[in-house]
Amino acid sequence: MAAMTAPNNRSRLAPKTRDRLNVIFMTSLTTIILFIFLLPLGYGIMTSLKTDTQISTAGSPWYPASPILFEYEGREYEVYDVPVDGNTFQWALVNKGREASEFIDPQNVGAGLIPWEGRWRTLDQAWEFDPVWSNFVEAWNTINFPRLLGNTVFYAVLSTIGAVSSAALVAYGFARYDIPGKGTLFLIVMATIILPPMVTLIPTYAFFNQIGWVGTWWPLIIPQFFANGYNIFLLRQFFLGIPRALDEAATIDGASHFRIFWSIILPQARPALLAVTLFHFFFAWNDFFGPLIYLAGNPDLYPITVGLNGFKGLYEGQDNLIQAASLTSAIIPLIVFFFAQRAFIQGVVITGVDK
Amino acid sequence: MAAISPDVVSNETKVKKKKRGRIEREQIKWGLIFLSPWLIGIVVFYMIPFIASFGFSLLEFNLAVPEATEFVGLANWRRALFNDPNTYESFGVTFLFALISLPIGMAFALLLALLMNAKSVRGKAIFRTLFFMPTMVPLVAAVLIWGGVLNEQTGWVNLLLENVFGIEAVGVDGLRWLANPSLIYFTLTFIGLWAVGNTMMITLAGLQSVPTEMYEAAEIDGAGYWRQLISITIPMISPVLFYNIVLGAIGLMQYFLVPFVLNGGSGFPEGTTNFVGIYFFNQAFKFFNMGYGATIAWLIFAVSLLLTVVLFGSARYWVYYAGEE
Repeated sequence: MAAMTAPNNRSRLAPKTRDRLNVIFMTSLTTIILFIFLLPLGYGIMTSLKTDTQISTAGSPWYPASPILFEYEGREYEVYDVPVDGNTFQWALVNKGREASEFIDPQNVGAGLIPWEGRWRTLDQAWEFDPVWSNFVEAWNTINFPRLLGNTVFYAVLSTIGAVSSAALVAYGFARYDIPGKGTLFLIVMATIILPPMVTLIPTYAFFNQIGWVGTWWPLIIPQFFANGYNIFLLRQFFLGIPRALDEAATIDGASHFRIFWSIILPQARPALLAVTLFHFFFAWNDFFGPLIYLAGNPDLYPITVGLNGFKGLYEGQDNLIQAASLTSAIIPLIVFFFAQRAFIQGVVITGVDK
Repeated sequence: MAAISPDVVSNETKVKKKKRGRIEREQIKWGLIFLSPWLIGIVVFYMIPFIASFGFSLLEFNLAVPEATEFVGLANWRRALFNDPNTYESFGVTFLFALISLPIGMAFALLLALLMNAKSVRGKAIFRTLFFMPTMVPLVAAVLIWGGVLNEQTGWVNLLLENVFGIEAVGVDGLRWLANPSLIYFTLTFIGLWAVGNTMMITLAGLQSVPTEMYEAAEIDGAGYWRQLISITIPMISPVLFYNIVLGAIGLMQYFLVPFVLNGGSGFPEGTTNFVGIYFFNQAFKFFNMGYGATIAWLIFAVSLLLTVVLFGSARYWVYYAGEE
C-alpha cells in the first residue's frame, strides 16, 4: 500500500540509496583486493621483525613477538594461557610436571604457587608484541649494503645521464629535421624496441671480453650513451607536440641548432624528460641480467639486485634476514616513486596510448 | 606510426626541387648530427652483433676453450632443431606459461583499471598509488618476498588458507606453491601480478578515452553493465589490449629473472621452469657455449618475429581503430 501512496517519493529515494550501497560495495571490494594484493608486503615486514626463535616455533603469532617471561625468586619462567573453569589466565609455569604443574600468577605473587591438573605441553605460550630491528642491521652488514648501494647508484646515475641525453638529441633529430629515409630509420628505432636483446648479446659479450671489459661496469654503461629506441620514441612523441613557431622564431633571430635544442625544446619537454629519467633510473636499479653476466666473479662491483640474489643463496633458511634485506633494497625506489609518481605515471601513459 | 609517412613524402618532393639545395643540405647535415649517437649505436650495438650472432651460430665456440673454436656449418642448427629435446621443451614450457600468465595478467590489469575508473569507488588516488607501489619494488626483492609468503610451511598464504578457510594447505601434503609442477605457473603468474602497475595505467588511460556518449546511448537502449563492458568498453580499448599482449608475449620470450632467482635456473620442479630465457643463459653463460647459445638466441628471435607477425595479422579481426573502417 505504501508503494501506491507515495510512488514518486520512493523512486526518488531508491536510486540514491542504491548509489550509496554501490559505493560501499565497490569501495570495499577494491579494499579487499588491495589487501590481498599487498599481503606479501605485510608478510615481508612482519617476518623481517621476527627473531629466529619465533620463526622456528610452530604456532607463534603472525606478528613479531617474544614469549612473555616472568621473574620469580630470581629466575625467569615462561608464561602460558592456562584455562581454569572456562576462564583463561596468564600464569608463569614454575614447576613442570607430566600430568600436573605449578604456576605463579604474576598479578598476585603473594598467593604463592598454584597447582594445576593437566599437561602443560598442551597449553599455548603467551606472546607479546616485540619487533626486533637487529635483522635489518645484520642484513645490512652481511650483504655489505653500502657497497651494493654505491655500485647501484653509480650505474643508475651514469647510465641515466647517457640514456637521457643521447635519446633527447636523437629524438630532436627525428622530430625536427628532414632527412631522406627518416621514415625507414624510425621504423628501425621501433624494431629495436621489440628485438630480443639475446640475439645481439653473445657477440657483444665476446667483444667486451676480448677487450678486457668483462668484470667491469663499462659494457653496461657505455652502450647507454647511444640512445635506446624506447626513450627516443617517447621523447620524439613529446617534441612533436611542441609548436614549431617557437624554434622558427629563434632561427630567425640567428640562434644556432644546439641553442634551439637546449634553450627552447628541452625546457618545454621537462615532463617527458623527467619521465624518461625516472624510467631509466628504475630500469638500471632493477637491472639484473646485465650485471649478472658482465660482473660475474667480481662481487666488489655487484649492484643490489645481484647481491640480494647471492644473499638468498647464503641464508636460505633465515627468512627474517632475507625479508629484511629485500625490504631494504626496496626503500629508495619506493621513496623516489612516492615523490615523483605523477611524472612517472604520466610517462607510462604517454608511451602506452600513442602506440 | 602514421606520423611517419607525411615526412617521407615531403622529403621526396623536396629532394626533387634542387633550388633549395643549400637549406636542405643544412637540414640533412644537422639532422644527421643529432641522430649520430643512434646511428653509431645501431651499427655497433645492433647490426654488427645481430649478423655476427648468426655467424657465431655456425661455430663450435666455447669461451672457456677459445683455441678450440672451429667452423661447423649448420651443426648447431641441426642440433637445436632435430637432436636437442631441451630446445623444444624450453619453447613448449614458455608457451604453456604464456597461455596461463598472459590472460590472468591482462584480466587482472583490466579489473584494476575498471575499478580505478568506476564512479562508485572512492579514494581512487590512494588506491592507484597503492596498486602501483609493488611495481616499484625491485623484482629480485619481490621474488624473495613472494617466495616467503608462499612458503608451504611458514608462508601466510597457506597459513591463512588452513587456519581461516579450513583448507589443508600447510606442509608437504598441502599446497606446495614452489615445488608442485602444476602450481608453479600460477605462482610465477602471481609474482608477475606485482608488476601490474604499467599495464593497469595504460589500460586505465584507454578506458578514460572512451567517449561517454557511447555509454549514455547504451544506457538509453537498456544495456546493462556487462553488456556495455563487452560491446563497448572491450572493443574500444582493444588497441590498448593489443599493445599489452604484444609487449607481454615478447617479454615472456625473454622471461628469466623470476625463475632464476627462485631456483637458480635449475628448471625445478621437474623442468617446468626451463624457459627459453633460462636455457639460453645456461648454454651461453653457464657452459659458455657461445656458438650454440647464439643459435638459441636466433631461434628466440625467429619465434618472437613470428609471434609478432601472427599477432599483428590477428589484429585485423579484433582490434578496433577509431577512424578506420
